[in-house]
Amino acid sequence: MAGIDVGGKNVHIVIKKDGEIIGKGAAPTGIKKAETVEALYDQVLKQAGLMRKDVERVVATGSAAKRVAFANGFIADAAADARGVIKLFPNARTVINVGAEEGRSIKVSPEGKVLDFAINDKCAAGTGTFVEAMSRALEVSVEEMSKIALDSTKSIPMNAQCAVFGESEVVSLIHQKTSKPDISRAVMDAVAGRVGSVARIVGLEKDVVVVGGMAKNAGFVDSLQKNIEMPVTVPEDPDYIGAIGAADAALSSILEEEVKAKVVERESLPEGKAY
Amino acid sequence: MAQQGKPVEFWRWPETNWVNPYIDWEKGKLVTAGVDVGSVSTQAVIMVDGEFFAFGNTRTGSDSPNSAIKGMGYALEKTDMKIENIDYCIGTGYGRVNVPMAQQSITEISCHARGANFMYGPEVRTVMDMGGQDCKVINVDDRGKVLNFMMNDKCAAGTGRGMEVFADLIHVPVWEIGPRSFQISKEPPSISSTCVVFAKSEVVGLLEQGVPENEIMAAYCSAMAHRIMELLKRLGVKEKFVITGGIAKNEGVVKRLEKELGIKTAEQVWANPQYRKKNYPFDTQLAGALGAALFGQALLKMGKTISVKKT
Repeated sequence: MAGIDVGGKNVHIVIKKDGEIIGKGAAPTGIKKAETVEALYDQVLKQAGLMRKDVERVVATGSAAKRVAFANGFIADAAADARGVIKLFPNARTVINVGAEEGRSIKVSPEGKVLDFAINDKCAAGTGTFVEAMSRALEVSVEEMSKIALDSTKSIPMNAQCAVFGESEVVSLIHQKTSKPDISRAVMDAVAGRVGSVARIVGLEKDVVVVGGMAKNAGFVDSLQKNIEMPVTVPEDPDYIGAIGAADAALSSILEEEVKAKVVERESLPEGKAY
Repeated sequence: MAQQGKPVEFWRWPETNWVNPYIDWEKGKLVTAGVDVGSVSTQAVIMVDGEFFAFGNTRTGSDSPNSAIKGMGYALEKTDMKIENIDYCIGTGYGRVNVPMAQQSITEISCHARGANFMYGPEVRTVMDMGGQDCKVINVDDRGKVLNFMMNDKCAAGTGRGMEVFADLIHVPVWEIGPRSFQISKEPPSISSTCVVFAKSEVVGLLEQGVPENEIMAAYCSAMAHRIMELLKRLGVKEKFVITGGIAKNEGVVKRLEKELGIKTAEQVWANPQYRKKNYPFDTQLAGALGAALFGQALLKMGKTISVKKT
């Protein structure tokens, strides 16, 4: 089974055999998305010692899932997140996925079904892109920012919501001699604030699991916990959750022989609340 | 306008200043000034007895006080007037509280409404100010008084800043975008991303696909028009409808907005026939500073000024 998650920034691929992950890989999506997927797929297969014909089913997810020409089926991003998380954390009721270009909050049932979800995919504030833009202005890498934000002693609110205006604000904070840890903290708090408000649209219920690329950012996760006033859990490979969920979907659809019912076309899924 | 050795900055629009050759300011009774320190541009306007005397239009620097001083200096440059000769000065715009030569500050909403009334005449009912970092729709009465307004100052989409980011990205000077966006064979679908940051990636994708630059400009202008429409729909538009601010100079956005709205913007002329005849420069960016200078005139006449001090 293979799960392919084509996101705004990165492509993640997971190969599963009998429920075990036997191969995985990630690559930047780039502009030629289809080519990236093809190359990464072959690379991951090679590392796992497999050929394309060995894979029974391929399920794709993510914002550009349709670019995976060889996929047997598609699963909605939210559904993939829910599936991926519930396998690892059966007690999870809220899944917050913060990726490069999207932030969403999903209410999941104990069976891993999507009960409700809210999404922000219109605005860079509250996504990884926002942090990247600020890291350019601050001239500190995102990894570094995520660490030094934890050393901050002062909480400074950011006035700008917009990433474009935020860059100017970061520059003026630098001019005011604000320390880099404090600026990093301000940036993480700003993202957490936006993500928190998306999460509150569907309601927060314990346990909260945070996935997506931003979940690897310790500073952000800390800010988010403070914002939603709840502890959160982060899985080992938070950015692979979508691909894992897609691979699971591929597996279950074979087991249950209900291919069409389980793996639905993206268009037929209920629309999330746009905010 | 690129200097040698320096990278070309495509968002940099030219600065301008002007003086009215028909006015002898020394014979005037009331000399007032309005300084509009915006997030991107700073304008200073000097009025003598309610007549438009001089202006300077400059880019805002890293801090408001210096930008105000620079703008005022630029307005005075072609005149023999000194800053001490100004009786009353009002600051407006984003940095209005940081205008060192101003005795008072008035919000840019009021000033734009008043300035548009002076520029386009008392028939103006809806003023839309499209600034560098925000966008305001203002409903006004026949005296230029604000009845209601709505603004977007949270998001760069639909603001001048968004256009500058785009100009830098495609390497086309910002003032060429409007005209070039019409040099196309057919109107392309507009950019689908709302967010400027995401729109940037979308534009890069289009460039990569080999879509002609002019078509991308058309797509971006039309996306901006869509974005502004949302704000206009919420407050409602009444004729005469005018657009002030920097984006008003971008016909690519204005014409597409007019088409979507089904309402034409009022002709760009001075309401006062005296100015029209003499071909005075018409600059949509001046509305705020003009409004501030007009408020100064009115306040002086009514004797309602706050301790006139000469700096």
